[in-house]
Amino acid sequence: MDWGGIDPVILVATLMASAVPILLAALGETVVERAGVLNLGVEGLMVIGALGGFVTAVHTGSPVLGFVGGAVSGALLSLIFAALTQVFLANQVATGLALTLFGLGVSSLGGQGYNGIKPPATGPLLPEALGDLPVVGPILFGHDWVVYFSILATAVTWWVLKATRAGLIIRAVGESHEAAHALGYKVNRIRLLCIAFGGAMAGMGGAYISLARVPQWVDGITAGAGWIALAIVVFASWRPWRVLLGAYLFGGISVLQLNLQVAGSGIPVEYLSMAPYLITILVLVLMSSGRGRAAVGAPAALGQNFHASR
Amino acid sequence: MIRLEKRASPSRFWLYATPVVAVLLTMVVGGVLFALMGKNPVEVIRTIFWDPLFGEFAFYLRGQLLVKAGPLILIAIGLALGFRAGIWNIGAEGQYIMGAICGAAVGLAVFPTENRMIYPVMVIAGAFGGWAWAMIPALLKTRFNTNEILVSLMLVYVAETILAKAATGFLKNPEGMGFPGSRNFSSYPAAANPELIAGSGLHWGGVAALVTAGLAWVLLTRHIAGYQIRLAGQAPRAARFHGVSPGRLVVLCMGLSGALAGLAGLFEVTGPAGQISIDFNTGYGFTAIIVAFLGRLNPLGIVLAGFLMALTYVGGEMAATNLGLPDAAIQVFQGMLLFFLLAVDVLTNYRFRRSAGALGAK
Repeated sequence: MDWGGIDPVILVATLMASAVPILLAALGETVVERAGVLNLGVEGLMVIGALGGFVTAVHTGSPVLGFVGGAVSGALLSLIFAALTQVFLANQVATGLALTLFGLGVSSLGGQGYNGIKPPATGPLLPEALGDLPVVGPILFGHDWVVYFSILATAVTWWVLKATRAGLIIRAVGESHEAAHALGYKVNRIRLLCIAFGGAMAGMGGAYISLARVPQWVDGITAGAGWIALAIVVFASWRPWRVLLGAYLFGGISVLQLNLQVAGSGIPVEYLSMAPYLITILVLVLMSSGRGRAAVGAPAALGQNFHASR
Repeated sequence: MIRLEKRASPSRFWLYATPVVAVLLTMVVGGVLFALMGKNPVEVIRTIFWDPLFGEFAFYLRGQLLVKAGPLILIAIGLALGFRAGIWNIGAEGQYIMGAICGAAVGLAVFPTENRMIYPVMVIAGAFGGWAWAMIPALLKTRFNTNEILVSLMLVYVAETILAKAATGFLKNPEGMGFPGSRNFSSYPAAANPELIAGSGLHWGGVAALVTAGLAWVLLTRHIAGYQIRLAGQAPRAARFHGVSPGRLVVLCMGLSGALAGLAGLFEVTGPAGQISIDFNTGYGFTAIIVAFLGRLNPLGIVLAGFLMALTYVGGEMAATNLGLPDAAIQVFQGMLLFFLLAVDVLTNYRFRRSAGALGAK
């Protein structure tokens, strides 16, 4: 099958992989925002994760350890955000922006000397014979382990938020921190844990960019993926499966525009490369207007700091 | 146990002291960072903060301070108006680019005509470009309640692609031997933004920044619109009862900050940068966010903060050439400054109290 130089099977298979970074980061941010914290530093967390993962993988030679390294560096950086917003009660919007600026700076400082190195490859998880099957092979069996992990993470996040006690507490803290506090929950401590989880997920998502998508180290490698992840959380009305849908939609658009560039479709390259950003805006508008108001799904205490006066 | 206690009213002392404390803390921690990188911390800090003002090449570098501070102040003042009202325009970088492209396009369209009116028209076009780009998130916010943070930021990436297209396509210098980049404004007097007083670094952008700071101070403290901005930020519900229309405020604040960012872009591209090139923008739109907070969202404070941030740029360049300090180190340094400011700021609204045991004096 071939539509104007684009094979739909390959398209679906690549979009699943290209959606992984924003999917992981957006899942983490979903939990953070469900707990009532708006962390705008996802871009910084992702770029730090991309560097941390890359450096770990290059030095240990193990791509799996690389992803662990990415998650750890994301979580560590997010602790700065957690300390500032939960202990020092700083404005969450400003702190998130600072985190992004700081993360971009630290990554380009720490990444010097890593340009042009190839990281150890992350290969397909399942035997090659399965991946060679027509149509279902590339789509279902041909991926590396992180793609399957990201789908599993969606399911786990959904289940934890919906069906477990921990999820109930997280949602309580995000909907009404006063009530959660009155029930005896340590609001700021719970939020801190959620922020660290979000940092780890964003870091791992970043690591997937530098270890599997690109794969090498380039300054500012995330190129706005963190902001798209934030937009997807709004698009998904804070629900994990919709996050998956949103991430695949945007993964599809970015793969499609790259394919169209290669296929020489006659549409100027510039218009194609701004398409993912423009479509993000369009989707945000559709989600926040009319009956499908995004505000309906937003946690009530989103972005508000909590100080236990009593 | 040490715990936080909310102050009855914000402390005036800490309101002004926090930036100073934050700068000192950044110097200390930044010094540790530089030491870890194998540099002499005292030498680096002196190169950044002292040499541009009083060092051997200060006569030249002092001028550079104004060159860098101008756009930062101009953008930060616009942003601060919005931040005061709880309207988060963080896409100033995009508005800066679009202002530069619009203004430059007007100038290049009439090349090589010489007329005194050309530059003023370019300035208006620059402000219009930034304003129009900021109106997109503003109108989406008022019409569809779309998050202005995300939209304005997405538009930065869009603006960067348009800039690439401008530099390699529709604004490319036809006599440029095929190299990307527009004609250089320094060889087109009617559209250039030269230094007004030799050696001072003052160009029209600097003049605009200082005038705007004064006007913004008057607006915020003496005008009803400024009162409404402050009210909307501190007590949105009260503002609603007072008759402040949130939509009008969004359009006003986003529009003003966009126009100012566009102006900064126009002054930069016709002056210090000289031409539209793929990477003429150097992140002023983002650094201006730090400047706005460092200046306590107060126009006069922003002027001081703008000069301080310019100092880290100029000093950072010095440290890069003389001591081999990587450019990214300065970015980290600036990020740290904002972190410390946000952390120390807790003292403005809270005080630390020692509570005597769990059942304390309550």
